[in-house]
Amino acid sequence: MRTLTEDQIEIGAVLPELSIDLTPTVVVSTALATMDFTPVHHDVEGARAQGSKDIFLNILTTMGLVERYVTDWTGPEAIIRRINVKLGVPAYAGDRLDFNGTVVTQDGPDYTVEVRGKVSLGDHATATVTFTLPSDRTI
Amino acid sequence: MTETGTRTDTGTSSEDALLELAEKQAALGEVRGGPAADPVNIPMIRHWLDAMGDTNRSYLDQGIAPPAMAQVWTMPGVRRGVKERSPVDDVLAALDAAGYTGVVATNCEQTYHRPARVGERLTAATRFSGLVGPKRTALGEGYFATWNVTWYGEGDAPVAEMMFRVLKFRPRRRRETPAPASGSAPAASSAQRSGVAPYPLRPAQNRDTAFFWEGVRQGELRIQSCADCGRLRHPPGPVCPSCRSTNRSFVVARGEGTVFSYVVHHHPPVPGREMPFVVAVVELPEGVRIVGNVVDCPPDAVGIGMELRATYRAMDDEVILPMWAPRES
Repeated sequence: MRTLTEDQIEIGAVLPELSIDLTPTVVVSTALATMDFTPVHHDVEGARAQGSKDIFLNILTTMGLVERYVTDWTGPEAIIRRINVKLGVPAYAGDRLDFNGTVVTQDGPDYTVEVRGKVSLGDHATATVTFTLPSDRTI
Repeated sequence: MTETGTRTDTGTSSEDALLELAEKQAALGEVRGGPAADPVNIPMIRHWLDAMGDTNRSYLDQGIAPPAMAQVWTMPGVRRGVKERSPVDDVLAALDAAGYTGVVATNCEQTYHRPARVGERLTAATRFSGLVGPKRTALGEGYFATWNVTWYGEGDAPVAEMMFRVLKFRPRRRRETPAPASGSAPAASSAQRSGVAPYPLRPAQNRDTAFFWEGVRQGELRIQSCADCGRLRHPPGPVCPSCRSTNRSFVVARGEGTVFSYVVHHHPPVPGREMPFVVAVVELPEGVRIVGNVVDCPPDAVGIGMELRATYRAMDDEVILPMWAPRES
């Protein structure tokens, strides 16, 4: 896969949507891959005992999925500089997480994308992701 | 700070004690933990990419970690007993002791200064940076606690930084206006939510309004439109007031609006709700007005012209209501 070039990125450009089925396997495998062993991310009974309706995504995974959503679009050589996430409703197993995004600003080499990750209860994550393109690249 | 004189208002003195502790912990500055259990390594990166469904090959090709993995390297692992203490723990424990036992994370902001390379062992340093409260929130009265973590490699230059904020709240005995909780706080204890009592007020749903509530369940604000002349109308009804067509459709609104007018309801009590609450007529850029609650801000912060965004609140296991929050929040 190729990385986008400057002339391929316009302010207002809309990123292709990404839809992730939050199977229990996704919730558990990402929690463990991020070394987060808090029971609410892998133990349904434990999660229910705390008042949650099911196990749900951990924050390290939300950060990882937001990053993946943007780099899926930019291509592999873009460099992620910053991810700011405002956390909303929980993303429960059995739900679906739909990402959409828009390029909102360019400040010198920095591009910023607004990303929204929505589940059935509402916004799970509202994020801004800042990235730069590799400068020494020849097309 | 020292205690001066005798306090009679225990609420205030416990607030002072919390803020005093927060100041003390903030004054400790950055407290470094021990080095990560494992150096940045290919198997953990591969495992992480696999779980995330991230097919970006450049990390493994270049021998660098995905930036969003920064925190993974210094996670404590399964055996929590060996967890190091950070300046944050005492503040969270004091909040628990004061009855603010609920916790939801609200913000996670990470800045990546350079990629973490395979072979280097990261160290996390934590700085407690602020306690704000008590504040009224949708989940109950609470404090916002903020801390900063910086990850270092070999030298003094940081690899990555994170600002993390949680709301520690006093769970309501009965969930009166339950807003959905956020994900758990990885550096703190996990989210606690009290049991959800059924919300006593059920919205009227019929053939005219079913599309609207279906939209709300999907996190969409749907506005009825005339399938013939296209005019939007709200609340939904069977006949277009403009061309009298009974053919209807809907559009999905952007979910933004401004306060056209509002009231603050103090009395009489409304079942399932905590007084006071704000009921606003919200003007949508699409051209219709809609009635809804304004939440996530104190009633006296609401004013005509205030910019809002739609938010969807689970009132119990079944009912989700569209509400409005300040756009900047």
